[in-house]
Amino acid sequence: MSKGRYGIHGGQYISETLMNELIRLEEAYEHYKKDPEFNAELQKLFNEYAGRPSLLYYADKMTKDLGGAKIYLKREDLNHTGSHKINNVLGQALLAKKMGKTRLIAETGAGQHGVATATAAALLGMECEIFMGKEDTDRQALNVYRMELLGAKVHPVTSGTMTLKDAVNETMREWTNRVNDTHYCLGSVMGPHPFPMIVRDFQSVISKEMKEQILKAEGKLPAAVIACVGGGSNAMGAFYNFIEDKEVKLIGCEAAGKGVDTALTAATIATGSLGIFHGMKSYFCQDEYGQIAPVYSISAGLDYPGIGPEHAYLHDIGRAQYVPVTDDEAVDAFEYLARTEGIICAIESAHAVAHALKIAKDFGKDDSIIINISGRGDKDVAAIARYRGVDIHD
Amino acid sequence: MTNKIHKAFENSNGKAFIAFLTAGDPDADSTVKYVLEMEKAGADLIEIGIPFSDPTAEGVVIQDANIRALKNGMTTDGAFEIVRRIREVSQIPLCFMTYCNPVFHYGYDRFFTRCEELGVDGIIIPDLPYEEKAEMEEPANAHGVAVISMIAPTSEARIQTTAKEAKGFIYVVSSMGVTGVRSEIKTDLKSIVESIREVTDVPCAIGFGISTPEQAKKMAAISDGSIVGSAIVKIIAAKGANAAEDLFNYVKSMKDAVKEA
Repeated sequence: MSKGRYGIHGGQYISETLMNELIRLEEAYEHYKKDPEFNAELQKLFNEYAGRPSLLYYADKMTKDLGGAKIYLKREDLNHTGSHKINNVLGQALLAKKMGKTRLIAETGAGQHGVATATAAALLGMECEIFMGKEDTDRQALNVYRMELLGAKVHPVTSGTMTLKDAVNETMREWTNRVNDTHYCLGSVMGPHPFPMIVRDFQSVISKEMKEQILKAEGKLPAAVIACVGGGSNAMGAFYNFIEDKEVKLIGCEAAGKGVDTALTAATIATGSLGIFHGMKSYFCQDEYGQIAPVYSISAGLDYPGIGPEHAYLHDIGRAQYVPVTDDEAVDAFEYLARTEGIICAIESAHAVAHALKIAKDFGKDDSIIINISGRGDKDVAAIARYRGVDIHD
Repeated sequence: MTNKIHKAFENSNGKAFIAFLTAGDPDADSTVKYVLEMEKAGADLIEIGIPFSDPTAEGVVIQDANIRALKNGMTTDGAFEIVRRIREVSQIPLCFMTYCNPVFHYGYDRFFTRCEELGVDGIIIPDLPYEEKAEMEEPANAHGVAVISMIAPTSEARIQTTAKEAKGFIYVVSSMGVTGVRSEIKTDLKSIVESIREVTDVPCAIGFGISTPEQAKKMAAISDGSIVGSAIVKIIAAKGANAAEDLFNYVKSMKDAVKEA
């Protein structure tokens, strides 16, 4: 077996042109992650630029309303740029800069990762180009303009299904084209090794803080941690430091779209099968001949036909549970959180909120549940309005 | 089954012209006809692409061919059927070119058993680097199918590691980036080929970006052959099911150039 395996998953299924670059990236990462200066620099960016640590907020009204576990919200939506994506991006951009790279490229779905990458590029004085499915540039027009304001060039991708997977395809193609001065700032715990490891490590700050915060607030670990899963970076960040704590349930919420019994779904664990794609062995939505399926979700950030290899492994060994959440349930939860707690979360995060609404009452009043609010929902307001039949302009 | 790849390099000057097309573009009948037509025009080895939904190593021309073929219902079984029909009349060396997932999903053993039965000599998988090849190479070798190794402009120290274990032929990627016609190839291919020759006698052919007879001749002169894909697929894209004559003329002009290398 090659490097970067999580059980049978992971690996480096990528073109020969990129192999030496992946090896160099791994070497650089292994070096800098032990470098006190690098870590101090990153911590400074986390604290003084991104606004870390993010709050762990006790949602009192929600708790009372649901009548079960105490509900805590990990407020990654309060980070600079509005989502957890900045954690990974600051780490990778700083690493790329140390490697002598002058240009960042990245895929984006909802635009959150693209905005975060454009932000880091602006801050660190690097060039930036973002690849985004044409369908997503339409439904997330505001984020496209944000990236442009930050000095990035945004390429609408018109191949395939014109969504996140096609944006990844196009970014990979661009990277093989120009690798010397360019780092591919991959946005999720996916792709070839070492990306799933690097992204997980940079995102694991989420569960590191969660653990300290909940122990301070409750004096014990949470009964469950709930996060939405597309590729799975916010979930992996939220789960990672709890993996050894077997009493903590880890629950990933996949985008079921119109339902797992329809073709309009992006729930990989629920409907996918083992495959090799985008550099990794993992579970993918695919047809009987291994053609990658055109997936669907109301959420551009979860609209991806695969899942990171470490999630696939956590599923295989039963350490984490993955559940499907439909568009309807996510939109209801989006509205519920806005009305109940005054928090407009990302439609991605609303998938995790929706599952918490279902299970909160199954827990005792001394138990706590942490929902990872991976991003804020300003970007989704127009789309939710359209979903409800209200015609407003972005 | 005896592997026939070496035969592609056993002609007058030992240089092969290798042609690529996508199975089912625009339909299965055309693919069978075009393979035979290109053989008649002098092609020494044909690569048949099994279409994949997300061909990340391809430029726009071959991406579009993949989409056309899949829209027209081409499948892995359909590609095997194309080979079966070709094998009724021709023994030209054949390789499949596709991505990991269609082969993995079909089942490695089932896939290579079928290759052996039909006489497919090799397989080219752009997303299967040296580090990952074992899982596919073991079942492929068991059925006499060569997993073709690729070497890129960025391979550096990996050139010899890869070449030492290569079977069939070595696919030298001429340029950075994805497949597609290029006006100029700048990589120092001569030194890459020299580095390969230090460790193996397996023939090496150069592909990516080659479209003109001059380029084909130049590449074949410094290696053992030229591989052309996008330029052929462009002809098929333009002429659809009526590309036979244009393909014959184009492949003949390319083969003539390679003969002079």
